[in-house]
Amino acid sequence: MNLTVGIVGAGKLGIALARSSVSAGFETMVTSREVENTRIIVDVMAPGAKVGTLAEVAAVSALIVLAVPLHRLKELPPTAFDGKVVVDAIYYWEPVDGDIARFEVTMADTSTLVQAHLNGARVVKSLNQLGYHDVEEGPRPPGTTGRLGVAVAGDDADAVALVGQVVDRLGFDPVAAGTLADGVRLGPGGPAFGAALTAVQLRQALGLRPD
Amino acid sequence: MAQHQVEFGLDSFGEVAVDASGQALSPAQTVRLLVEEGVLAEKVGLDFYNIGEHYKPDFVDTAGHVILGAIAGRTKRIRLGTSVLVLSTRDPVRVFHDFSTLNAISHGRAELVVGRASQTESFPLFGFDLADYDSLFAEKLELLMKLIREGVVTWEGKSRANLTNASLMPALETPLTTWVGIGGNPQSVVRAASQGLPLMIAIIGGAHRRFLPLVDLYEKALGQLGHPRLPVGVHSLGLVARTDGEAMDRYGPRWVAAFSAHAAARGYPPPQPRQFEAEVVDGSLFVGSPETVAQKLAKTIRDLRIGRFDLKYDLMHMPVEHRAESIRLFGSEVAPRVRELLSK
Repeated sequence: MNLTVGIVGAGKLGIALARSSVSAGFETMVTSREVENTRIIVDVMAPGAKVGTLAEVAAVSALIVLAVPLHRLKELPPTAFDGKVVVDAIYYWEPVDGDIARFEVTMADTSTLVQAHLNGARVVKSLNQLGYHDVEEGPRPPGTTGRLGVAVAGDDADAVALVGQVVDRLGFDPVAAGTLADGVRLGPGGPAFGAALTAVQLRQALGLRPD
Repeated sequence: MAQHQVEFGLDSFGEVAVDASGQALSPAQTVRLLVEEGVLAEKVGLDFYNIGEHYKPDFVDTAGHVILGAIAGRTKRIRLGTSVLVLSTRDPVRVFHDFSTLNAISHGRAELVVGRASQTESFPLFGFDLADYDSLFAEKLELLMKLIREGVVTWEGKSRANLTNASLMPALETPLTTWVGIGGNPQSVVRAASQGLPLMIAIIGGAHRRFLPLVDLYEKALGQLGHPRLPVGVHSLGLVARTDGEAMDRYGPRWVAAFSAHAAARGYPPPQPRQFEAEVVDGSLFVGSPETVAQKLAKTIRDLRIGRFDLKYDLMHMPVEHRAESIRLFGSEVAPRVRELLSK
């Protein structure tokens, strides 16, 4: 699988994802609001990843991971994501995003906002549920005991399959977790948020049938 | 960094304290307790005493500079700072007034650690929109540093009235050292480097070595932006007691309760059964006897190449006498022992 993973956001999660993506052998391109600062960050913390504008990331990426704070979502230009597979790795975090009431959704339901804003994108909820340290330190080869599971939820079967393959290559067991609406179960307050679980434990926590 | 330069401080978040019987002190008594603890910190040889900024029930650190002023009047040597001052929702002009006055009272012992905030209650309280979280901090930091560095300031911005040839009083007689406090965000690290300011990293969970890439980033960014090398500090939680067992017994249940409440509020799972012990052994907590804490601290200081370590010593209603014992042991036994270990 030779593809480019695009990452929007160069905070804790975005940089952890970029490191894992480079380690997994993906071409990786990161963008953020402050491109020049991001070059320094990527150079030191995720060497091997490229840095570009959002347009450049959108042009080369097979999928684009959103790793921005929820309150910055509205600043992303929707047309850049038309037709793209977009991984919603956003999670609501009160100290950064403030009172959830202003978003008019529940704490776990970022995907409704992502799909409404990026209405031409093929949105998949994934990679939001592990802590950023686990994203960086958790990857293990397939079949390894204790390999962590990462849930993948979406409505577009091809997009879900692609994200599942990327998750596997990143070093996690992909766990199909239903439709995009089911993705609320992966957010804060849900049974899988912030918990480092194997695929079996994750299925159990989400009430899914064993694979 | 030359090892003799390592400095040690205490951070308080001003939580309402309890006495030996578990009875809560009043908020006013807690304020007076902080003054006594600041005085004690100097007596046991510590380099810094710092007060946080919170606006919620059970926290009295809403006007830290006043408390620091009282400590300044009773001490000679210890430096008096913030941990952290929530600059995003402050007026930098007022911050200058408060801290240049503290600097005058204390003969140059005031210092600032400023941050974006890891708590949000100051935004609605002072009428700021959290959507401006980043831009408010960036603009206010820029203004604060102009006020501190330039004396006479002309400035235009969005967050307060413009300034034309403003020279604020009392003018600084000695520099007001200002650090940027961060919680692990790489963009914040680069922002501190671009302002040429020393960096204070809050490490409140997980192994310290996870934060080494941020130190690398900071050093690299300083170099690329043409700044000299500057110190990095770390702030972590802990408690020192005579024995490891005493320290664990005092701290463990309180830590589990505090982090369980935090987890429930944020929607992630509570600490696992062995997580407290794991944090003590291989994570971010400095809990134990003076020797245990000193060994771990020496390793952390070496691994992360830091020049300053501040211990957050008050947590979840720790009784007053345990706080005092921890301060005494940290200053009189841990700090000298760490210096000894580092000189080997």
